[in-house]
Amino acid sequence: MTEYKLMKGNEAMAEAALIAGCRYYYAYPITPQNEVVAYMAKNMPRVNGTFIQAESELAAASMVMGSAASGGRAMTSSSSPGITLKQESISYMAGAELPCVIANIMRGGPGLGGIAGAQGDYFQATRGGGHGDYRTIVLAPDNAQELADFTVEAFDLADEYRTPVIILADGYLGQMSEPVVLPKPTGKTFEKPWAVTGAKDRKQNIIVSLLLHPENVLELHNLHLQEKYERITQKIRRYETYKTEDADWLLAAYGTSARIAQKAVDKLREDGIKAGLFRPTCLWPFPDRELAECASHCTRLLTVEMSHGQMVEDVKLAVNGAIEVDFYGRAGGALPTVKDIIARIKNYEHSEFTHVQAS
Amino acid sequence: MSTQNLHMYRRPEALLNVRTHYCAGCGHGIIHKLFAEALGELNIREETIVVAPVGCSVLLYNYINVDGLEAAHGRTPAVATGVKRAQPNRIVVSYQGDGDLLAIGTGETLHAANRGENITVIFVNNANYGMTGGQMAPTTLVDQRTLTSPKGRNPQETGYPIRACELLSTLEAPAYIERVSLHNPGAVKKTKKAIVKALQYQKEGRGYSFVEILSMCPTNWGIEPAAGADWIKTSMVPWFPHKVFRDRPAEAAAAGGKAS
Repeated sequence: MTEYKLMKGNEAMAEAALIAGCRYYYAYPITPQNEVVAYMAKNMPRVNGTFIQAESELAAASMVMGSAASGGRAMTSSSSPGITLKQESISYMAGAELPCVIANIMRGGPGLGGIAGAQGDYFQATRGGGHGDYRTIVLAPDNAQELADFTVEAFDLADEYRTPVIILADGYLGQMSEPVVLPKPTGKTFEKPWAVTGAKDRKQNIIVSLLLHPENVLELHNLHLQEKYERITQKIRRYETYKTEDADWLLAAYGTSARIAQKAVDKLREDGIKAGLFRPTCLWPFPDRELAECASHCTRLLTVEMSHGQMVEDVKLAVNGAIEVDFYGRAGGALPTVKDIIARIKNYEHSEFTHVQAS
Repeated sequence: MSTQNLHMYRRPEALLNVRTHYCAGCGHGIIHKLFAEALGELNIREETIVVAPVGCSVLLYNYINVDGLEAAHGRTPAVATGVKRAQPNRIVVSYQGDGDLLAIGTGETLHAANRGENITVIFVNNANYGMTGGQMAPTTLVDQRTLTSPKGRNPQETGYPIRACELLSTLEAPAYIERVSLHNPGAVKKTKKAIVKALQYQKEGRGYSFVEILSMCPTNWGIEPAAGADWIKTSMVPWFPHKVFRDRPAEAAAAGGKAS
């Protein structure tokens, strides 16, 4: 019999990390992800792992770098302002090709913002976030179950591609309690001959992101990274669709926004409007071809976000002017409502849109 | 010259036979050699991992034949913490300059020491930011001219040089804290002893060890390479005295000796 556990999203994610073999977790407290830190403090000893409450987000992410370079499975988590600080190490780890998992349980911003869930860090997560030409894989769960499942997958993806993987969720997902079936370990193993473990019976292993010679070294390294990102883009195409087959109106949303948008789809269909939902479960690489295909038989598209319009830019790039793209968002911790989404769609013909893409 | 002398000054096994990028009269070369000798004497080259800082010694791993990685500026002890926690049976060395250790990485320095991480920090204090061309460091002396203190460091505006050993000595956890320097051959020998002791303590699991080395940077001090050692002695040592600030293993041994 399937065993369900009632867990907060943050706790489900933390337990899943342990299941995935994460043995090094370093973090600094920040709401709304404190449950992860507390869970790890309590449960890391059970698996003989390391938990350190670091002196700062900068230090926590650097500790992750040290353990990742040692060949361990390492993770940190935080919320928006803390993730900004972690960008330093994320850029270094992307440059040095170190696998790790970073969870961002987003809150409202900019600045200190608020502690309620938001989706204002989409740009930061999907465009690299720190300095330099790099991307990180960005997984976007929309419930506690996916927070757990995606975390297990995230560690494999990080090891497979030797790159940081971001889990991008929001405070509502992190703190809401839902039934979860804890995932099983995937059983995949990854050789790490590059790890710094002591130069015994082999040449030195050196893990760096400093490459001082512009044309013959650093440019080549950047080309190598780009080639890897292209491979990731070809391979990782993750999304879910809901009632899109005969949809006239297509909604696009991720995370908590997608759960609200899905309810709106059902309500709209009750009222005779054929709506469907396209939900990317990976935001970089973005499932652009799949969204374009899905939108090809729709007449209009509405992107719903808990921000003032970030993913909508990827949506527009994906459909490339083929259909009109409207946007509806609430930010700062406020939630878009089913009622507002329906009203937006019903009033479409009579509204003046500021976000409609010229076609 | 006798063959015996040649033997005495041969290159330590852990020191790679490559051309250095350091300036004439720079202290890093001496410290690298001492570090390499210590690795050989303790027979720990194969189990040592160095964390290089941002600064002149960022290319440390090009000279010492051990596994190495690079930290972001100031995060060196945090990265070393991550390495050591994942590999407690390896020797982990955080090699840092004054900007790395006392400015952008002050938090990491204090907290790694306060946790008593079983790592060794080698702190090269040359009273300026060398790699970026000689800016004021937290350890720049009063009245010392740098690119960013062109009229000399004015303590009314920028405070006084920070003494790392004294600061860390306020913490309970560190096992070993000593300040040494490179200003003459005798001092160099003491520096070697301190590095060996620190690594030995780490190997024995005694906890956090910290060796501050006053080192020369004649290029950015604007003096002749040969004058660097004297500058340490006359300008730096009065503010940064040589001292064993903490030696818990030795204190314990002495107490044990008395008891028995």
